[in-house]
Amino acid sequence: MRRSKQRSQQRSTGKLLLGIFAAAVFAFLLLPLLVVFPISFSSASYLQFPPPGYSLQWYQRYLDDPSWIEATIRSVQAATLCTVLAMGLGVPLSFFLVRSRLPGIRLLDRLTAAPIIVPTIIISIALYGVFSRLQLIGEWYGVAIAHTVLALPFVVILVSASLRSFDEAQEQAAAGLGASWPWIIWRVTLPQLRPSLVSAAFLSFISSFDELVLAMFLSGTSMTLPKKMFDNILMEIDPTIAAVSVLQILLVSVALGLTTLFGRGALTTTITR
Amino acid sequence: MQLSVQGIVRRFGPVAALGGVDLDVAEGEFLTILGPSGSGKTTLLKTIAGFEIPDEGTVLVGGEDVTLAPPRRRDVGMVFQNYALFPHMTVAQNIAFPLEMRRRPREEITRRVEEALRLVELQAFGQRLPRQLSGGQQQRVALARAVVFGPRLLLLDEPFGALDRKLRESLQLEVRRLQRNLRLTTIFITHDQEEALIMSDRIAVMDKGRIEQVGFPGDLYARPATRFVADFLGESNLLEGTAKGGGAELPGFGRVPLPSTQPDGPVTLLLRPEALRLGEEVEALPCRARGTVIDTVFLGLSAKLRLRLEGGPVVLARIPLRPSAPPPPAEGDSVTVGFSAEDVHVVPRT
Amino acid sequence: MSSPGHNREVIARRRERGLLLLAVPALLLLGAIFAWPVLRLLSMSVEGGTLAHFEKAALDGLYVSVLLDSMKIALMVMGICLVLAYPVALWLSRAGRVGLALGMFALLLPFWTSVLVRTYAWLVLLGRNGVINRTLRDWGWIEAPLPLLHNTAGVLIGMVHVLLPYMVLPIYASLLRIDPDLPRAAEGLGAPAWRSFLRITLPLSLPGVSAGCALVFVLSLGFFITPALLGGGHVVMVSMLIEQQVREFLDWPFAAALSTLLLLATLAIYALIGRLTRGARLATQ
Repeated sequence: MRRSKQRSQQRSTGKLLLGIFAAAVFAFLLLPLLVVFPISFSSASYLQFPPPGYSLQWYQRYLDDPSWIEATIRSVQAATLCTVLAMGLGVPLSFFLVRSRLPGIRLLDRLTAAPIIVPTIIISIALYGVFSRLQLIGEWYGVAIAHTVLALPFVVILVSASLRSFDEAQEQAAAGLGASWPWIIWRVTLPQLRPSLVSAAFLSFISSFDELVLAMFLSGTSMTLPKKMFDNILMEIDPTIAAVSVLQILLVSVALGLTTLFGRGALTTTITR
Repeated sequence: MQLSVQGIVRRFGPVAALGGVDLDVAEGEFLTILGPSGSGKTTLLKTIAGFEIPDEGTVLVGGEDVTLAPPRRRDVGMVFQNYALFPHMTVAQNIAFPLEMRRRPREEITRRVEEALRLVELQAFGQRLPRQLSGGQQQRVALARAVVFGPRLLLLDEPFGALDRKLRESLQLEVRRLQRNLRLTTIFITHDQEEALIMSDRIAVMDKGRIEQVGFPGDLYARPATRFVADFLGESNLLEGTAKGGGAELPGFGRVPLPSTQPDGPVTLLLRPEALRLGEEVEALPCRARGTVIDTVFLGLSAKLRLRLEGGPVVLARIPLRPSAPPPPAEGDSVTVGFSAEDVHVVPRT
Repeated sequence: MSSPGHNREVIARRRERGLLLLAVPALLLLGAIFAWPVLRLLSMSVEGGTLAHFEKAALDGLYVSVLLDSMKIALMVMGICLVLAYPVALWLSRAGRVGLALGMFALLLPFWTSVLVRTYAWLVLLGRNGVINRTLRDWGWIEAPLPLLHNTAGVLIGMVHVLLPYMVLPIYASLLRIDPDLPRAAEGLGAPAWRSFLRITLPLSLPGVSAGCALVFVLSLGFFITPALLGGGHVVMVSMLIEQQVREFLDWPFAAALSTLLLLATLAIYALIGRLTRGARLATQ
């Protein structure tokens, strides 16, 4: 009796310590995101913490500066095209990788993950060489195509994971009930992959919207938003960038909320696989 | 014949999952394919449904050769083991699916879905999702979906496997009732012999990719054509003996009379446990043996005894119990058992 | 007349062809925009049939030390991430619904937020007059500002922050896969909680640990933005060296040689960690 009591006491102490440790790590993770909020509302004309007063001047400056807005639009364009391409190419590729019985398909499956493993800097300069010859540097769609290469493996990992756990008896049932293949995929299979499709699209969009290394080499003088932020950090570290950061964090939070709502936890599988 | 399967062979590598299967099913008939797992019954069903294409042989549905036809051109309704209901569609949408695929007009679809729902007594559940239904209800939706488009054939792949005993029994009767009302030619797959005996017009027993015997339930039980069927269907005592001149020498029992057509040589005799009698009535029987009870299992209406006969073999006996009767013999008791000659069936040697 | 079996093979081949057709556009893109450019780059390192560029990378003390430093930083990031991530993953795997939702949010929000935003935030936090130094000084805990930025410490903090989720999530996933009855059974057999953890939970979660370690190590080896901004030029990683060779010196062959070395190191470490954990897994069985 006493021993088990002692043990449960030990256990709850252990649990408490674990909880405190986890809370500290979560605080470490969230701290940088929280700190940009007050700075973005600062009334000071340079970086100061805590802010002497509050104003919306940095948001105003972001909205009034055409170079910020252009960079934002360019990034949205690139991310949208990247999402369309990554989904349009990646979803069919996943069907091939999961369903084909060709010899060597496992190897090909692994190889499609290569763009994640190969350091981005290597891909960047490799594409820099090729794109400069093709005079694609500075074109937003060039950046989008390059980003597609990075987004594609994520789409494939997510979609093929849920395709593997999909019950193929459903497709057989649909075929037996009179459906042809395009109909089966459209009416039976894809609707059930929706959580992973939503997550994959979201992931593609954000990964392109946030990407800097490729954009640094490929976007030339027509900067994407991350490139503009990077230059801004190097040149003049004023709170405009804090305002931009807050907007980005809010965008991600909303998207994350929506994806959790429609994506049912599929998000975490990307990284856990 | 509504379904005719001729000489079907299906090999997976060196293994023959189906080794030459012939089967005819008449219109409106309920035929059960009974066999242990791995006997090839599911492969046969898939071949009929069109999910498998055989190496050799022909499948005729309503006289039409469909061996190579894709599933959607076969007009065959199938209920899958786990039902395979579409989880993202409501019950009504699930049932409407085959009608939509056949491009029926909207009003007709609505009407026939209503009918189908009424048929399986789920009128109130049309707008629910499958996961909001119980296992038995899901099963009925799958059934409605499989019959709503008026298929030429209904295939049921162990549809009661996941249900508890009571639900199983009521659904078995319901399926049978539905099948009779619609006069649907039905192929039913199961490994449960009791279920097969309850439901079927005829039963085909499969083992190792071959059909061992096709027949009426009573016939299969009383006169199995092979040792496998005798053993697989019900409980059995298979006694080895030697036939000579219209009788057989059985260890323990002595001489048993056999039909005069029986040639001399070794024979296998089937004796169902309920054919063995105990107690006073044994004295009048021609074939008797003495033995010791190894154990007794009480089963309510009857008791099951394992006996070691003098002269070797262990046999199973099942004796009826009446409330007023004395308790059945217990472990270690010496008893005399006997049977009458007409209760013996000679299992053909293959 | 052909047998049904023959027809089955024809149908199967047609199916394969259809599937392959689905994959062609994606494979073309990967070939044209990934495989070919990367291979082309790597081949530049031996242009003219000479290994001189590799010799330069291997013999010049400056480059060797950058390579070694990159490895060292990647290892340190991996170690720190592991120490921080394991307890968090353990906590998550035992958390209730609300705790799990909050924890996942705290993990995923930074994960999805731009690396740039986070790096900027660390600049604000860690600088000489940054939030942390200011606060500590105001509280009278320190006299002079702590050197947190433009050195290895700053780079480590920034990188750990970016890569931590990559460590937590695989470990969490492998912890979830453990049958909860196993540690319970061990404790039922008389093992104290910590021993059942060491003997049951920890070994069974090693696949997740190895996946996390491989991922974090490989990603940190190729890291670029965070060290460039937080290191302030005092911490040089291979990726920065490669960029410099291309941008400033236009020395493509040497950049290609460095890229080849980085890629080889990445693949080698990936393979090594995989092998190690497979060994560990076998030992526990």
